[in-house]
Amino acid sequence: MTRKRRRLIFVLAGMSCLGIATALVLNAFDDNLVFFYSPTDLVQKHPGTTRRLRIGGLVENGSLVTSEGGKRFDFKVTDGKTDLAVSYVGVVPALFREGQGVVAEGKLGPDGRFSAVTLLAKHDEKYMPPEVAEALKRSGEWRPDQQAAAPGAADAPQASARP
Amino acid sequence: MIAELGHFALILALLIAIVQSILPMVGAARGARPLMDVAAPAALLQFGAVALAFAALTHGYVTSDFSLRNVVENSHSLKPLLYKITGVWGNHEGSMLLWALILTLYGAAVAAFGRNLPPSLKARVLSVHGMIGVGFLAFILFTSNPFLRVLPVPPDGQGLNPILQDPGLAFHPPFLYLGYVGFSMAFSFAVAALIEGRVDPAWARWVRPWTLVAWCALTLGICLGSWWAYYELGWGGWWAWDPVENASFMPWLSGTALLHSAIVVEKRDTLKGWTIFLALVTFSLSLLGTFLVRSGVLSSIHAFAVDPARGAFILALLVIAIGGSLVLFALRAPALRSTGSFAPISRESALILNNLLLATAALTVFLGTLYPLFLDVIGGDKVSVGAPYYNATFVPLMVPLVLLMAAGPMMTWKRADLAGVLLRLRLAFGLALAVAVIMIIATKGHEALAPLGIGLAAWLLFGTLKELADRIRLFQAPWDMVRTRLRHTTRASWGMSIAHAGLAVTIAGITIASGWQQEAIQTLHPGESIALAGDVYRFDRVEPLPGPNYSAEQATVAISHDGRTFATVHPSRLTYPLQRMTTTDVAIHTDGFSDRYVVLGDPQPDGGWIFRIYYNPLVPWVWFGALIMVLGGILSLSDRRLRIGAPVRKPKRAGGELAA
Repeated sequence: MTRKRRRLIFVLAGMSCLGIATALVLNAFDDNLVFFYSPTDLVQKHPGTTRRLRIGGLVENGSLVTSEGGKRFDFKVTDGKTDLAVSYVGVVPALFREGQGVVAEGKLGPDGRFSAVTLLAKHDEKYMPPEVAEALKRSGEWRPDQQAAAPGAADAPQASARP
Repeated sequence: MIAELGHFALILALLIAIVQSILPMVGAARGARPLMDVAAPAALLQFGAVALAFAALTHGYVTSDFSLRNVVENSHSLKPLLYKITGVWGNHEGSMLLWALILTLYGAAVAAFGRNLPPSLKARVLSVHGMIGVGFLAFILFTSNPFLRVLPVPPDGQGLNPILQDPGLAFHPPFLYLGYVGFSMAFSFAVAALIEGRVDPAWARWVRPWTLVAWCALTLGICLGSWWAYYELGWGGWWAWDPVENASFMPWLSGTALLHSAIVVEKRDTLKGWTIFLALVTFSLSLLGTFLVRSGVLSSIHAFAVDPARGAFILALLVIAIGGSLVLFALRAPALRSTGSFAPISRESALILNNLLLATAALTVFLGTLYPLFLDVIGGDKVSVGAPYYNATFVPLMVPLVLLMAAGPMMTWKRADLAGVLLRLRLAFGLALAVAVIMIIATKGHEALAPLGIGLAAWLLFGTLKELADRIRLFQAPWDMVRTRLRHTTRASWGMSIAHAGLAVTIAGITIASGWQQEAIQTLHPGESIALAGDVYRFDRVEPLPGPNYSAEQATVAISHDGRTFATVHPSRLTYPLQRMTTTDVAIHTDGFSDRYVVLGDPQPDGGWIFRIYYNPLVPWVWFGALIMVLGGILSLSDRRLRIGAPVRKPKRAGGELAA
């Protein structure tokens, strides 16, 4: 076996490895990217009810209703312009409460209600999820002195409630 | 006063690092021995200076010196002593100082143990290592100085984030950094070899043990991190494909590839360019991880823009280190001559395939981690990439890797007999198949992944055992001969077998733990119980539990099976008044095969408490397997051939040099 031929074999092996990886990655990106929407985006863009997606905003004051022995949570998420009804069954993160920022992952129901599978909140009361801060800035509801994202918040691992 | 001493020592370390990066390099280029000899004492001094700075900062924390801004922001006088010490690296500035300490520790190790290295190579290695030191020490001094004072001196500190007040944090970052930063050694050796234009087996014999040290530490660091997340964060999981986790996993993957390709360089004097490339990539990924975690880009691209100095500084370091080393590689790698030749079916080829698969796997993790950031930077949609992506990309690449892992060690160098190897593996294959079939029956065919995962784990375990048995000719030769062969089996090959078996244990743990977790969430009043996975969890009572810097409520839960109580656990809920934060302290009962995981939630208005209970089968094996891998690595490290390092020159020649 000549050196040239051997090199050709290994280059081909490398290329096929990369090819397989590219195919896997593209396929996975197609199915598994989770897009973020603010409540206003959600109304405007209508992403449909089949895809998993993330929404975020502030938990509207006075909207939180707990039922089923403290397991079920119904609340509204707002970006100041649009409200979105969200329901979640499970245990909420320690800092989940009215007036706080929240990011929820789940699916939009046909009735326009978002059913969350996962709620994300950082273990830091000053923390505002970046997507939420962005969405609030766009809707003009951002008050940085009240809800400044803590610098270095990435140090604290994200705590999330997964049912 | 002591803080100023530390600050001064840090500046001194930077100056020493500058000298260390320039003089030996010039000396090596000109063949000037006195200049080259500056390297070793400089590396030792640099380590001493950084160690002094680190000790000074630790002193500030232990004595609660609130005139230091860093201590004020991250400590509190009521904090237990252990967390005062671990608090030193529980924050940005302190953890960068730990980074620098470990970097200089590795440099000092080359200086102290590298007596057998060719002088020019040693000078260049330490010079490159000095350059990395310059970058990071300058980063600390100019953007993240832990020794800044604050006036007026506040009466007390702001405390450490409560979830970081945990023994797990004491050991996770140091090991992670020992691993991360340890790859700087391979990087320095690779750059030095490119400058020298020479890579030989002696070079690999030096690089391999240091890579192995880094690999062991990183494996342990990732394992501890995953375990800490499991018992501290309270969501019952142990790996979330979070960017912070991926940041440490990418160097692990390419470091594992490097570990294997360095063997080929050492034993067969080929695959040099690729090994050098891997060494550069592995440390680059470590730097990338540091950038991701330390610049704040993960919490938000905008946080990066708010405090651009730190992020931009690390980004510049990243560009210089990666760009510079890759340009050097492009210029010099074609000059590296390989002598060994081999057939497409041989151990060399098996190791190349291992490398290709590991590198590709690292690439998929890389894309999944960075694509959301990339999309955000160019102003596109906001997306997140979660576990489904990695299950669809990373896992399929691991299947051929594990299939190969059992066969690879049986292949001979240069040219292997594939049919013969497969024939030797027929029993392992049959056993693995049987295990997979049993799993299919046990799950009634509803699960596809579980039989595959367990089958692969069995294949790897039995394949590894068969290779070991063949090596010592167990059941094939008289007992005396087996004993002799057993004695002559090197520790390095024991290490390989043990590490591979460890991975089999981890795969089994991952498969079962992710497929069979059971969960219950319910509000309980004292005296009530929940049934889960055949066990009954009875909630007895809640009591207040005072702590040094928190107040807590502790529940008592009795776990019974068939009416027989086998464990009583105490999950609790801690409130830190200083940070106005509540954390949960999970109670875990483990028997080595499965975990009962009890989390105390919020009190309810009707006097009940929410409980979240998980049954996690085989989850401890995830970490047992990782520990077995580390054990294999350590055993391999203790091998005499590796300990000696580069071969000692013949006394005759040394004498000749002296005479001349």
